[in-house]
Amino acid sequence: MASIFDVVLYVLIFLSVYVQVFFFVTFLENRKKIIIRNGKTKLKFYPAVTIAVPCWNEENTVEKTVRSLLNLNYPKDKIKILLLDDGSSDNTFKVIKRFEEYPNIKIFHKENGGKYTALNLALQNTETDFFGGLDADSFADSESLVRIMSYFEKDPEVMAVAPSVIVSGPKSIIRNAQKAEYNMGVYLKKMLGFLGAINVTPGPLTIFRKKVFDDLGYYRHGYNTEDMEIAYRMQKNNYKIEHCNDAFVHTNTPGTVRKLFRQRLRWIYGFINNTIDYKNVLFRKKYGNFALFTLPMGVISIASVSYLFGRIIYNLVHFLYLKIVQLKVIGFNFSVRSFNFDPFFVNTQFFIFLIIFIYLLVIFSIILGRKMTEGKWNLSLDMLYFFPVFGLIAPFWLLKAVYNTILQRKPAWR
Amino acid sequence: MIDWKKYLIVLLITTGLFFTAIYLSNYFGNKKIDQLKSIQDKIAIDILSSETQFSLLSELSCKNFSDAILSSELNELGKKLEWGQDNLGSSEELVYLKKYYSLLEIKDYLLAKKISTRCGTKSTFILYFYTKTESCTECVGQGIVLSTLREKYPGLRVYSFDYSIDLSAVKSMLQIYKIKDTALPALVIEDDVLTGFHSLEDLETRIKESFKLQETTPIEGNNNKASS
Repeated sequence: MASIFDVVLYVLIFLSVYVQVFFFVTFLENRKKIIIRNGKTKLKFYPAVTIAVPCWNEENTVEKTVRSLLNLNYPKDKIKILLLDDGSSDNTFKVIKRFEEYPNIKIFHKENGGKYTALNLALQNTETDFFGGLDADSFADSESLVRIMSYFEKDPEVMAVAPSVIVSGPKSIIRNAQKAEYNMGVYLKKMLGFLGAINVTPGPLTIFRKKVFDDLGYYRHGYNTEDMEIAYRMQKNNYKIEHCNDAFVHTNTPGTVRKLFRQRLRWIYGFINNTIDYKNVLFRKKYGNFALFTLPMGVISIASVSYLFGRIIYNLVHFLYLKIVQLKVIGFNFSVRSFNFDPFFVNTQFFIFLIIFIYLLVIFSIILGRKMTEGKWNLSLDMLYFFPVFGLIAPFWLLKAVYNTILQRKPAWR
Repeated sequence: MIDWKKYLIVLLITTGLFFTAIYLSNYFGNKKIDQLKSIQDKIAIDILSSETQFSLLSELSCKNFSDAILSSELNELGKKLEWGQDNLGSSEELVYLKKYYSLLEIKDYLLAKKISTRCGTKSTFILYFYTKTESCTECVGQGIVLSTLREKYPGLRVYSFDYSIDLSAVKSMLQIYKIKDTALPALVIEDDVLTGFHSLEDLETRIKESFKLQETTPIEGNNNKASS
């Protein structure tokens, strides 16, 4: 007779397999629609776009960010760049002041109020039909904007287009692990795009029709995840969000465990709390796959990882208990026996096969994401870092985010 | 537009995968049970062979009747059964195999004791009664102590019995030695009943002194001679 703990485990595994299969089936359905363009993209008509760069203590990266915007393959007179210093305490304002002579660049300085307030200031000064932001730690590929705009040209119903965000910055184990994760993110976002169920319009170069903000209002705090909140609001109002897989934006990712932890804590806290705020959307068919798949999927992921982690900790404690008992009763009289592998002792419980299946589909997602970003099919070493780094640390930020939500503690930005 | 058909197809695929995983698990589980059965059959033949040989002892000198002819795989079987109970679920088949195993242990014990008496071989026997329920916190430690002793003294034969097993032969032993579930773990060494946890040093002294078993250095390969 299975215990209640086992039943919970089986239910969570069933749901996790369901999610992975859903993505895979979506891929099989739409694989021919995934186009990766090479060379320069041209549009019939180039609409004017305002791109805001909100900065808070970004003196090291903002110049490169602005240069990447100046190098975009897009008519210069059609791009308006707004550089907004959100009360930085370092030399960010000095750095951005160097660009004040560019005719298409405007510079703003304001008291620190959070990223969403800087974006809202930019929106107040936007006169174009299209608006987007670019985080000051991210760098747009020269073809990114034109490729994004081609989605608007193709489909007048598209209200926002998110790019593919990929990892930049010096190499390290933590960054390599994130590289594999971001590659997987590109694949998953594309699939969510096909489903009309994207839940984040990322800070690095998502372009919106200005109408979105005119109709739905400006950015909100959104628990420091304003890019998630606006996507939720758009989904609630059935505004179409697409993902342009071949528009690449390089982003500077956290290089240490501590920084990664803080970033992810903010993201997961944002997910949990935005989902709570939009709980009326959950499972309502009029909100489409966003309500029936994306949001439940996020909840399932958090529940599964937390629960599995709990079981691992329980087993670890049990193992340590046995070792302590062993030490207590026989001291250090451990016998040194040669290890003989006996396949009899290989665990063949049914959920093990399903966990292996989930891992295989995750590896497939990373490989496909890599193909979509780097054009390579083969396995990369980054995957070797991905599983241990995220397997070990992710449960902690998930649980901390749940804990913070319960105690209503808001995580800091960095 | 929600594609309900897709939700349904994915549900069917997932359910299919679930049943495939259950099928695979059962397939490998049955293979393991078959393996356990074949080990038990081998042990049964070994014991039967030993008993037959023992009956012929009058025509056979004790020199020819060595310890090696007694079943050597009881220990391995015990470990596998224990693992199977934890990981394969407590199926009726496993319960049956465990009963059969307990019976083989008793037969092995009786035979080994007879041979020891008749031929004067140096063997010490420990009957160990335990339970897997959480009430017996000391059973875990006692099991570890006995495993350590068995490895150290190849001539020591430990037979362990699950208190809760529904087998008349085991119940008879419990009656003979008056062992109650409140007094577990319990050990029987040469008709002396010891209840509660007994340390490595305590048991080692008993083994050495009471039964005059000479300490031998552990020899690889001898471990299998003892059964658990």
